Amino acid sequence: MSETTVIIGGGQAGAQTVVSLRREGFKGNIVLIADEPELPYQRPPLSKAYLAGEMPKERLFIKPAAFYDKLEAELLLGVSVESIDTQTQQLALNDGSSQSYDQLVFATGGRVRRLTCSGADHPAVHYLRTLRDVEAMQARFTAGTRLAVVGGGYIGLETAAVAAKHGLQVTVLEAQATPLVRVACPEVGQFFQTIHQQAGVSIHCDTLLESIEDEGEGIAALITNTGERILAELVVVGIGLLPNVELAASAGIACDNGITVDEHCRTSVANVYAAGDCTNHPNPIYQRRMRLESVHNAIEQGKTVAANICGKEAAYAQVPWFWSDQYDVKLQTVGINMGYDQTVIRGQPDSRSFAVFYLQAGRLLAVDAINRPAEFVAAKNIITQGLEVSVDRLQDETVSAKELIAT
Amino acid sequence: MIKVTYIEDNGTSRDIDVEEGTNLMDAAVDNLVPGIDGDCGGVSACATCHVHVDAAWQDKLEPMNETEDSMLDLTDSRDDSSRLACQITATAALDGLVLRTPTGQH
Repeated sequence: MSETTVIIGGGQAGAQTVVSLRREGFKGNIVLIADEPELPYQRPPLSKAYLAGEMPKERLFIKPAAFYDKLEAELLLGVSVESIDTQTQQLALNDGSSQSYDQLVFATGGRVRRLTCSGADHPAVHYLRTLRDVEAMQARFTAGTRLAVVGGGYIGLETAAVAAKHGLQVTVLEAQATPLVRVACPEVGQFFQTIHQQAGVSIHCDTLLESIEDEGEGIAALITNTGERILAELVVVGIGLLPNVELAASAGIACDNGITVDEHCRTSVANVYAAGDCTNHPNPIYQRRMRLESVHNAIEQGKTVAANICGKEAAYAQVPWFWSDQYDVKLQTVGINMGYDQTVIRGQPDSRSFAVFYLQAGRLLAVDAINRPAEFVAAKNIITQGLEVSVDRLQDETVSAKELIAT
Repeated sequence: MIKVTYIEDNGTSRDIDVEEGTNLMDAAVDNLVPGIDGDCGGVSACATCHVHVDAAWQDKLEPMNETEDSMLDLTDSRDDSSRLACQITATAALDGLVLRTPTGQH
């Protein structure tokens, strides 16, 4: 009997695992089980081009249906896994059937963190993670609508940017002193605050949402700790992601802010792997464990899982990277800035084209490149290869980005 | 519809009918052309749709922008014929275009 690999989750990591298993020569059965009814799709456009109505739904799909047929991969869509017996290697599915596996892959991703304040269940309140989330808010996403965005992270700011361009009246509530505090330095947060304000978005920092009251006619009133009362027909909440670990944990698989995996994406239980946003994994370049919310990480871990299932001792060793599009600004981030003790800014934020280099004890950890693709590329190479940098050269615009590598 | 030919590094050639307005990364993914992944969805963020454009066609393409130019530096086999397929939109002027996927891009 042929062996079977079962993948739980139909996001970027799950789809990549399917593709990479066949590329690595896996001859057995592949079954992908996903609780959403659609083919695996890309999430980044949900808060960008798709929300803006600039991208047809078919373009969201990572691969067309025919692709999975060609790979002889079975997709069980709209199906969820209820429980796992890792002794007998059996899954119980919500349609009453069971599925056995020889290798199991968790690609379960994450779910949005939800508001817990009173009035959080107001019908104007929406989240943004899935295709259905976007479709649910589209009817209200029209010019003149008052939109309140809760949370000044990437999802919140991207939503605000699309909304402002569409003529919505946008207010953003941010708990910290500047947006993006969790992921970027104050200068970058301040820059994004400025470009949003220039686009007519009202950003309220140091502001906590205390409760939501019903104003009638579908309107929500957001009550803040600063005594404000902000009215909105549409509320979009972007306050973070929780990794989907419960199924793994209930099967006895070790979890700690994510499903704990080693450098081969193996979990604590034999024949069980995990990839993507749901993993807490070691990064050899940064020499610590991390959990990432990232397309690139999902793809690379999917490849790592597939290679290891096929008997290759592939180890994950990647410099993370991310991107965000807001207005005419393309932010490209490479690396993880956690622990930085110095920032070096190259270029002028006022010009809407600059890069922030994050260093720790003189070593480059990460770069936020704002309309600066050459600096992004240079930094990716510097960090990947562990090269030295000099602060003077990073600041010196007469030294081209390509020459930064040559030091 | 225009005809675009994708040639793999092993010489396998595929003629694909592409609707005008579609970018040539999407067209490749939809038609299961190996070697073109388009991981970022076509926003010049990943360089996984690197192609070499046959010399006869290079002048007919829109010039590349700074982002595409920089991202191509991330690829191993960049040369003067390199482009990102996601940044090439099918137009009538490109009917018959020939693209080659680089060695080792998968």
